[in-house]
Amino acid sequence: MEGGTRSGDLWSGVALGLLGVFIVAQAWQWDYSSPEGPGAGFFPLWYGIAMIALSLLLVAGHVGRAKGEGRPLDWARIRRALAVWLALAISVALFKVIGFVVGFALLTYFIVAVMYGRPAKTAGIVAAATGAAFYLVFDVALGLALPAGVLGF
Amino acid sequence: MEILNGLLQGFSVALAPANLLWCFVGVFLGTVVGVLPGLGPPATIAMLLPLTFSMNPAGAIIMLAGIYYGAKYGGSTTSILMNVPGESASVVTCIDGYQMARRGRAGAALGIAAIASFVAGTVGVLGLMLVAPPLAKFALSFSSPEYFALMSLGLALVVLLAGRSILKALLAALFGLWIASIGTDLFSTTSRFTFGRLELLSGIDFIVVAIGVFALGEVLANMETREDSTLLETPKGLRNLLPTWQDLKDCRFAFANGSIIGFLVGTLPGGGSTIASFLSYGLEKAVSKRKEQFGTGVIEGVAAPEGANNSETGGALVPLLTLGIPGSGTTAILLAALVLWGFKPGPLFIPEHPDLFWGLVASMYIGNVMLLVLNLPLVPLFAQVLRMPVYVLYPLILGVSMVGVYSASGSMFDLGLLMVFGLLGYLMRKLDYPAAPLILGLALGAGMERALRQSLMMSQGSLSILVSRPISAVMLSLALLILLIPLFGKFNAWRLRALES
Repeated sequence: MEGGTRSGDLWSGVALGLLGVFIVAQAWQWDYSSPEGPGAGFFPLWYGIAMIALSLLLVAGHVGRAKGEGRPLDWARIRRALAVWLALAISVALFKVIGFVVGFALLTYFIVAVMYGRPAKTAGIVAAATGAAFYLVFDVALGLALPAGVLGF
Repeated sequence: MEILNGLLQGFSVALAPANLLWCFVGVFLGTVVGVLPGLGPPATIAMLLPLTFSMNPAGAIIMLAGIYYGAKYGGSTTSILMNVPGESASVVTCIDGYQMARRGRAGAALGIAAIASFVAGTVGVLGLMLVAPPLAKFALSFSSPEYFALMSLGLALVVLLAGRSILKALLAALFGLWIASIGTDLFSTTSRFTFGRLELLSGIDFIVVAIGVFALGEVLANMETREDSTLLETPKGLRNLLPTWQDLKDCRFAFANGSIIGFLVGTLPGGGSTIASFLSYGLEKAVSKRKEQFGTGVIEGVAAPEGANNSETGGALVPLLTLGIPGSGTTAILLAALVLWGFKPGPLFIPEHPDLFWGLVASMYIGNVMLLVLNLPLVPLFAQVLRMPVYVLYPLILGVSMVGVYSASGSMFDLGLLMVFGLLGYLMRKLDYPAAPLILGLALGAGMERALRQSLMMSQGSLSILVSRPISAVMLSLALLILLIPLFGKFNAWRLRALES
């Protein structure tokens, strides 16, 4: 357990334990067995129980560990990665309105200018070039439909 | 004779102009992917998989396999010139490769890496060609209990070797089994875990999970910092890349060692090329007359691991193609690819699709030659890829990932799921949960459940069928033993030491 993080094991153990409870509760509502053989609830019930048991072991391992043991989480790094993820999720949510090409170009601009601190001009060129390249390669050349916005592309 | 006929048939497939082109595209892309740190073969194959749906299956599998083994060649370039592994299998190459480069012998290190990769990669394909057909014949006697036991054993081995914590690896595998259960149960037509969403009735697409966990998770983890690495000067001209006669003589045992260990480890589920390269390096050091010089730039220290990680590819395809059991994240994606194209890897795969199997084998011989030609004189060119700014590279990977998922289903819902699995992949990295057991659980989940339920139908509900048949009993006992290893302090200490090194 030395490779674990200070609070990561606890929270991931709790989350997976709750998922295990959910799986068992759902599986309970389905047939465990039928005249033809095991039912839809048979397999999920067993791996759900296993998930609860293993999560409890993980949480118990965390509780039994001395305070301060394990690696601390580097929140500055995590915040940076989560900012990219959030920008990505927002751009996907906007695809229906502004389309893939514009949404992706905006995402690229954000990454280049904000996350990597490049000048606005560089970011603008990279964003415009990647957006155009994706449109030309995937939409025009390969004929793969990209999510289109109100402008039709 | 059967093998010779098969090989001739294979070359007639692989030498078709279109397939030759796909082979070249695969090994070229593989080399580029191998060179780029932070982008591995599973992520690339997952991203490109949707684009192969309209391709001829032979060309598609030839290209995807080319990416798989081509990446092993490319990985050494980054290890030697930057002291950063281009992909996980090249970690050990950094030890002596980078030291050789610092002492002005980058050319010899790159050259021997390419030659060892070629020799061992070819031996690996030879092993695949000789071992796969008889193993497939033996596996014809398998029924549902044996398949359930085999899949349990494969999953147990992956769990054992996937990460430091077996507990976390097991939880990741169970999570994969859960994702595999989402959708309509084909035995009873019951909807399971669909949360009332029509989009989930047919289950979650494997590609969405694979691209999310591998590609997006990897990019998010890499974007945590703005770090850049220094690239040592690349030697120019073929003459400067060729090792000396003495170098080749010093590497005789390393070639054989890498070839054999790589292939054997590859055939074991969970083995993987990283473990193969470490074992091969360890053995090379153990038998060397100058073991004290290892780590200071010894050429065998580059040849042995580079050979092993290439030979491993041939070995890894044996259980995939003959038993339908993938042993790693990458082969799990290849399994999904074959299933999506309408094939069923297993004992009947070779007799039912000889053109595909033998075409793949022949293409791997050709691909290895292409890689040798590409990697010797063109190394300086591939090294230029490392000069591409990461702020251009990462948006490109994110874009290809999104296009890959959207082109497979045309569904915005799947793009939303991609975001969820991307975040999951990142969190798994941060919290030390290995991704391979999750992907394997997902790839094997439906098959495992089907085999278990069919076994119990055969025995009218008695679990004794799993232990009353000798092959199934042996495999289940082994799986149980593997999962109990952490309880034995000595074995667990050895396992942790091996993973640590």
